[in-house]
Amino acid sequence: MKRAILDSFRKLHPRHQLRNPVMFTVYVGSLLTSALFIHALVGQGEAPAGFILAISLWLWFTVLFANFAEAMAEARGKAQADTLRKARHDILAKKLAARTRDAPVTRVASADLRRGDIVLVEAGDFIPGDGEVVEGIASVDESAITGESAPVIRESGGDRSAVTGGTRVLSDWLVVRITAEPGESFLDRMIAMIEGAKRQKTPNEIALNILLAALTIIFLVVCATLFSYSIYSVKAAGQGKTVSVTVLVALFVCLAPTTIGALLSAIGIAGMDRLIQANCIAMSGRAVEAAGDVDVLLLDKTGTITLGNRQAVEFIPVKEVSVADLADAAQLASLADETPEGRSIVVLAKEKHGLRGRDIRQMGATFFPFSAQTRMRATDPGSTARVPVDLVTASGSGLDPHISPAAAEFQVRRVAHARRLDEALVRQFVARFTEDRQLGLLGDPRVNVLKLNLALDAEAK
Amino acid sequence: MSLLQPTQDASGKEVTEQVLAVGPVASQVAIKELGTNGGGFFNVNSAHPFENPAPLSNFLEMLAILLIPAALCFTFGAMVGDRRQGWAILAAMVVLFVVCVIACIWAEQGGNPALTKLGVDQQARDGEASILVVASASAQAGGNMEGKEVRFGPVNSAIWATATTSASNGSVNLMHDSFTPLGGLVPMWLMQLGEVVFGGVGSGLYGMLAFVIVTVFAAGLMVGRTPEYLGKKIEAAEMKMASLVILIPPLLVLIGTAVAAVTTAGTSSLASPGAHGFSEMLYAYSSTGNNNGSAFAGLNANTPFYNLTTGLVMLIGRYCLAVPILAIAGSLARKKVVPAGGGTLATHTPLFVLMLIAVVALVGALSFMPALALGPIVEYLQMMHP
Repeated sequence: MKRAILDSFRKLHPRHQLRNPVMFTVYVGSLLTSALFIHALVGQGEAPAGFILAISLWLWFTVLFANFAEAMAEARGKAQADTLRKARHDILAKKLAARTRDAPVTRVASADLRRGDIVLVEAGDFIPGDGEVVEGIASVDESAITGESAPVIRESGGDRSAVTGGTRVLSDWLVVRITAEPGESFLDRMIAMIEGAKRQKTPNEIALNILLAALTIIFLVVCATLFSYSIYSVKAAGQGKTVSVTVLVALFVCLAPTTIGALLSAIGIAGMDRLIQANCIAMSGRAVEAAGDVDVLLLDKTGTITLGNRQAVEFIPVKEVSVADLADAAQLASLADETPEGRSIVVLAKEKHGLRGRDIRQMGATFFPFSAQTRMRATDPGSTARVPVDLVTASGSGLDPHISPAAAEFQVRRVAHARRLDEALVRQFVARFTEDRQLGLLGDPRVNVLKLNLALDAEAK
Repeated sequence: MSLLQPTQDASGKEVTEQVLAVGPVASQVAIKELGTNGGGFFNVNSAHPFENPAPLSNFLEMLAILLIPAALCFTFGAMVGDRRQGWAILAAMVVLFVVCVIACIWAEQGGNPALTKLGVDQQARDGEASILVVASASAQAGGNMEGKEVRFGPVNSAIWATATTSASNGSVNLMHDSFTPLGGLVPMWLMQLGEVVFGGVGSGLYGMLAFVIVTVFAAGLMVGRTPEYLGKKIEAAEMKMASLVILIPPLLVLIGTAVAAVTTAGTSSLASPGAHGFSEMLYAYSSTGNNNGSAFAGLNANTPFYNLTTGLVMLIGRYCLAVPILAIAGSLARKKVVPAGGGTLATHTPLFVLMLIAVVALVGALSFMPALALGPIVEYLQMMHP
């Protein structure tokens, strides 16, 4: 607050006032009335000195208040930037004298690292700055920046060699060459954006400024011409005094859209600030305005940026299943899952339902790691047959209406189960739509899968 | 039989013959009213019995003045595929019109207090009706009859004055310079609004649409949505042009009047002293700056000074409005239509109509209140408290 008050005086510099045309006119009016006040003090004023002083003080107050509003908005943004800065740990980096792991190590503050420096990062250390891996391979926890909870592999060479400052190495070690100057890292740029150092005017703000400028011009002319009308009126009536400049300035400030003009920049800054409170950084002014049209924001990362690890908190079963069964199944499925989510599911099952970790081998179960193939196998869990090739390969045209009879047989059990039909009936349908070799020798036997499915649909009705 | 004070010509002989100009008047009247042109066959325009012989012709001519500008609102609604938009604009125009008509009638029927003091009867009287005589000798319309035709009376004259100055027509069936102060304020203000209350054939609608764009912009910002009208986004380019349309006429009027008020060339043409003289100058520039054409005819506008200044004002006021409007039209035509969503501001609701009326009235009032205060309003105060 105190800082904002001081700032509002500091912003009285003409260069800053010029940025806002409407407030600039009020500023000029304040200067003019102050000059008139001094003029009145020395005896030749156009109106009583006290009156001019009062008008002048009101005008200065208007200008200062506009500055104050802007300073307050900026201060809020700066406070957000400060919290982000705290997240940027002041890391003590291990600077290497040469490009190998065994080179002598000196401890350097991360802020003192320059582009081209080589640092060693070991398990448990934070990576001191944006860089490229030149030697080593390690798993890195990047949840602080990307929100991805599973650790990623970073290794030298190839396309997975870039590392970001502020992330943590979980295992092994890396030799990293720093590629960003201090103050240019990803986090630094986020902070700079929040501080509004490079804030662009939003499109609506530009349009509104045009309207304000138009109105200000009209009212300037209104007040200026009033002076000549007043001259005529005095001459015509033969009495009275022409309206004083002080009164004209006061009338102008009343007519001109000073409130909007004063608060406009504060509103722009506040708009960005609002988004940051919702943990979104607007990359441009247009984004702030687009955000105003948004009712619901769906993000695909459920974790927050600071803690990218989701944790299971509850098992919610569907109607026919009990919670205990669900917990049992979920725990079994997650025993081999090494992601934090998987581990949290196992922990939750233990805490809420007392299911301890089980020995898999004793149960005679095997884990199928998740992959495209195992997924397909999972849709026909009882099947041990090998998969017919035409179910795995793509056709030449992309429009092939047929599958092989083996492929149809491979799916009979699943389809019969899903359609609640007898397997024999489904096999009958398959036979009906199996086309044989033409003329006994041309082509291959094939099943027209479209006609087959349509017939099965009709049968289901 | 001879008159008490016969009219005498230059050599002193009594004048016994009157020359009346005749011609194809009716056709010209039709053109001048329908096309919101306003230039009459005779100098006194539709106050002349040959141009406007009866109350029925008066009604038909008034209808003709407002016919096409009002109809264009329906055309607009049909062309944008949403009749309610046309209704909304028409509603705004009608409200402003009705308010002004009532004010003008009230002022004119009230009459001139100075005349009452001299023993003049300005009261409206119905007269005793009888089966033989429809209106008896004591019936009169009353009110301020200076410069008005008896067959019209103050009410029809006031309605005509409101209609003609709102529709940028300029034909008159009374002498506007003889209005009461507040009665004269109404036509002046209607012109100063930019001739958007009905307005001229086409120019009224496009003037009103410029105000609609400004209103949509202001309203959109107030609710925090991107401003859009009829599915087209209103951006900086449209705002620039709309601001020009709203800004230029007031500038011309104010600056013109200011120049006239402080120069002898300007003030030497006045017929009335004091505030009414100022009103004459203000009316002249309001009329020419907003493409009207009527005048407070006490002002001798046939001097080089007035010819030049009002001519310039007319030229700039007309074309410097048409060009920005064309720019807006081109810019909007190129934009993609944004389908209406849940947050779109509805531009056909009574709320929007109210806001439009407020924007039009406020811009007009704020721009001209100082000038009007030194003209008609001062004159009114002087009349009431001499």
